[in-house]
Amino acid sequence: MIEEYFLHRPFSLTASEKGKQFLDRLIVLHRHHSERCSEYRNIYKAFGRQKTLPRDDTDFIPLPVRLFKTLTLKSVNPEDVQKTLTSSGTTSQNVSHIYLDKETSRLQTKVLAHIINDYIGTKRLPMLIIDTEDVIKDRQLFSARGGGILGFSTFGRNHLYLFDSEMNIKVNELKGFCDRFKEQPVLLFGFTFLIWKYFVEVLKANNQSVSLPHGILIHSGGWKKLKDDAVDNETFKTAIRGTTGIQSVYNFYGMVEQLGSIFMECERGFFHTCLFNNIVIRNWKTLKVCQKGEEGIIEVQSVIPWSYPGHVLITEDLGVLIGEDNCECGRKGKYFVVNGRIPVAELRGCSDTFQHTG
Amino acid sequence: MDEHKLRRAFVDALDIEDDNVVDSLEYGTVKEWDSIGHMKLISEIELNFDIMIDTDDVIAMNTFGRAKDIVKKYSDEN
Repeated sequence: MIEEYFLHRPFSLTASEKGKQFLDRLIVLHRHHSERCSEYRNIYKAFGRQKTLPRDDTDFIPLPVRLFKTLTLKSVNPEDVQKTLTSSGTTSQNVSHIYLDKETSRLQTKVLAHIINDYIGTKRLPMLIIDTEDVIKDRQLFSARGGGILGFSTFGRNHLYLFDSEMNIKVNELKGFCDRFKEQPVLLFGFTFLIWKYFVEVLKANNQSVSLPHGILIHSGGWKKLKDDAVDNETFKTAIRGTTGIQSVYNFYGMVEQLGSIFMECERGFFHTCLFNNIVIRNWKTLKVCQKGEEGIIEVQSVIPWSYPGHVLITEDLGVLIGEDNCECGRKGKYFVVNGRIPVAELRGCSDTFQHTG
Repeated sequence: MDEHKLRRAFVDALDIEDDNVVDSLEYGTVKEWDSIGHMKLISEIELNFDIMIDTDDVIAMNTFGRAKDIVKKYSDEN
């Protein structure tokens, strides 16, 4: 039963404690999707795998994430689809469609809360959203960027959107927010590239700073665009500290196809699996499972996807498994680094797809 | 717990008719009560009842009936 997961803290179980329960859940999802999604069934059939169940967590056939751009992958009746999430693509790119029913949405929210509460506590914090409110204004067009913001809004109160429609900092509102909440923990959320380009760089260029010494910044969205400016995670953290005083900065890795079960960064700078997710690093030519320390393509697994077959996916990212259950931060689970996209991959990602026109 | 006050918070925050606010009214089943509406609703309730609701209860508050129980719990604590 999926509800039993919530009895444990998200980073508290070792591989042997987590293993069977996790595999059982993946098998439940596998059976469901095999039954309800002909495209999923056909993939297993094409590999002659329709009769046997996967033996362990490395034995599933991972679906490429870009399949969600070309196929309609759905495992529930059309009338049960409550909303359709799209990656925030531009006209020149294909867009992924993720079909969510009530149960999948509920699990996404609950899992995300279980993970985030472990970092910030159960009390909601004053929240600065480092984006423009425009991204959530069109309720019909539910983008990954807007979805991420709304998902995280649950953990905040007194929400302030930092940017106006033109992505300019709302200077007076920001000052008011900082003055009011500087003595207490506050939550900041946004996409890495947007935080860098429209917040950090603007503050630096104008020789300005703000003071949020108890701030906790959670961000995501990929580094591809920042690599050109030679901005890596350490540079980013140092610049955040210098311009805002924020000491706690957590990056997370996650797929729009697996919203909710994110991989959070720890204080040592590694991404962590938890009760609800798993990774397998695969050699990018043979797809064989890589050893610890060996770079390969990242396969991501999640216990959440019920309304679409997104429980086992092969990403277009390269990563390295560093270890399992023995990270110095104290969290159990696998810990890993992400080294960027495989060279042939097209531009994708929540904030990467925010592209400048003109 | 003032049920009338809670009902008003639903009507005001979600911009729906008073008649629609019944115990079984459920998150996601009317277009006004989506994730954006939900955050407005929580703010409205917190303001009117002078309480601060924890994350887990924000998530658990998925029907008007549940909202009554949750707000009662916080009001009793005050």
